[in-house]
Amino acid sequence: MKKELIGVYTIWLRDIKRYFRDRPRIIASFAQPILFLFVLGTGIASSFSTFGGGSGGDFLNFMFPGIVGMTVLFTSFFSAMSIVWDREFGFLKEVLVAPISRTSIVVGKLLGGSTIAMIQGAIILLFSPLLKIPITFVIFFKIIGIMFLVAMTIATLGIVLASVIKSMQAFQVITNFLLMPMFFLSGALFPLNNTVRWMNIVAKINPLSYGIDSMRFAMLNNPAFQLYPLWLDIVVLASVTVVMSILGSFLFSRQD
Amino acid sequence: MNDINANNIIEVKNLVKEFKGLRAVDDITFSVKENEIFGFLGPNGAGKTTTINIICTLLSKTSGEVTLGGYNVARERNKIRNCIGMVFQDPSLDDRLTALENLYFHGLLYNIPRSALKERSEEVLKMVNLSSRKNNLVMTYSGGMKRRLEIARGLLHYPKILFLDEPTLGLDPQTRNKIWDYIIKLKKSKNITIFLTSHYMEETEICDRIAIIDEGKIIALDTPDNLKNTIGGDIITILSEENVKLKKYIKEITGSDIHDAKEGEIRFEIKDSSSFIPKFIKNSPVKILSISARKPTLNDVFLDLTGREIREENASARDNLRMRMMRRMRH
Repeated sequence: MKKELIGVYTIWLRDIKRYFRDRPRIIASFAQPILFLFVLGTGIASSFSTFGGGSGGDFLNFMFPGIVGMTVLFTSFFSAMSIVWDREFGFLKEVLVAPISRTSIVVGKLLGGSTIAMIQGAIILLFSPLLKIPITFVIFFKIIGIMFLVAMTIATLGIVLASVIKSMQAFQVITNFLLMPMFFLSGALFPLNNTVRWMNIVAKINPLSYGIDSMRFAMLNNPAFQLYPLWLDIVVLASVTVVMSILGSFLFSRQD
Repeated sequence: MNDINANNIIEVKNLVKEFKGLRAVDDITFSVKENEIFGFLGPNGAGKTTTINIICTLLSKTSGEVTLGGYNVARERNKIRNCIGMVFQDPSLDDRLTALENLYFHGLLYNIPRSALKERSEEVLKMVNLSSRKNNLVMTYSGGMKRRLEIARGLLHYPKILFLDEPTLGLDPQTRNKIWDYIIKLKKSKNITIFLTSHYMEETEICDRIAIIDEGKIIALDTPDNLKNTIGGDIITILSEENVKLKKYIKEITGSDIHDAKEGEIRFEIKDSSSFIPKFIKNSPVKILSISARKPTLNDVFLDLTGREIREENASARDNLRMRMMRRMRH
């Protein structure tokens, strides 16, 4: 048991070490959220007056938790998917032949991806004063907790896919056909309660919707923006995480 | 398993591995003795790596029995993993980490006490002459340095068996020689069993025993000397003015089979070349332009057994097809 825990720690530590060594990646990770928040967000907010419907003053506040969620989504998903990289560049073999169980490898990967996603999300929180969103100590820790849960949920999806997909070429396809739709249909950029029916249904089965919803609750606590009660968000995220991590370790443990 | 020999560290019985209809390993049986250097020799795609991957728990078998150190490969994987060191055919280092960090992570995975880990890392790095580069990222290493670091890493947890899958593949001749020097040094300094594969004939000569493997089957297994002795003596190559007449004459006096070799030469085998050659030149009915005698190599053994050369550049279309299919299956 102790050996397995050390195994989990080793896998986790390697991902963290690699992350902090990759400065370009950390810097580049600012670019997308800034673009979404301050270019797209500001643009959309100011267009409200053109199409009628007030000043759009709250829109950036509404969108901010969504952008934090986006950062968590992409970071934790791709961190978990780095198993595919490790397979391609050979390092995975070193881990697979080591005397630790496949489950420990999966758990280490999940925790590694989630930790990095949490750090990235926390960096985005630094922009909150610009939007005049007050983040107190208590709120900060609430957000951290929720970010971690959301990151775990997404990372388990990454593990499941990485166990099935064996080549790096599939990355583009997954980004376009899974991650972008998940992001757009999660309520990160616009409220889901007034959209068309099909969108509503898709959003309901999208686990990220619950993540964004809970993130918005922690940051803004504005009932008008809330789709589900917090307990429901947490139950859905935790259940998806449990089911997907069991499926992920099963798929990952299969031998050829 | 009643008939386990106490000296055998690996026992493989009737091992079969099929990849979607292709028999990559076709009913092989062999054993590896403790503290020997055991070699798998054969062309690419013969099933060498597949067999190793099964023994080291990375691949499941279709049928057969495999035990290592008394542990069953299908049921006691972690016990097996604990006592083997691996140097894979393709690099398996994290090149964004330094050599020391790669060793550190390896040490954690194998549960080496942290107090011993530092000392052992220095020890193995010194052995492969990488101490001065230990804090450099592996990215900056040459192919030979990477391979040396992998050997060092494979030894870090003091395995009972070290597997070396094509340890010199893709390296220049000078580096290849160095790698073999390390392996021989290792053999002399430690009580360790080494299981290696190669398709370079000369390199497997350092083995205590060699299994020649072709198309998934073991076609010969013995010491290098015994294998070479299956060839009837020394190999003589002659260039003459009139091959047809000469062939007939040689057949008459020796009774050996005579083959056509490269560039119009003829080739045959004879027991005692040093006494044969002077007599032969004196009595030959045709003028001899050149004559040479050499000891048989493992390449001659393979040629003798299969009718083909082992080298990649001469691999048959069939070997190449097998190799490509198995590559694909492995990923």
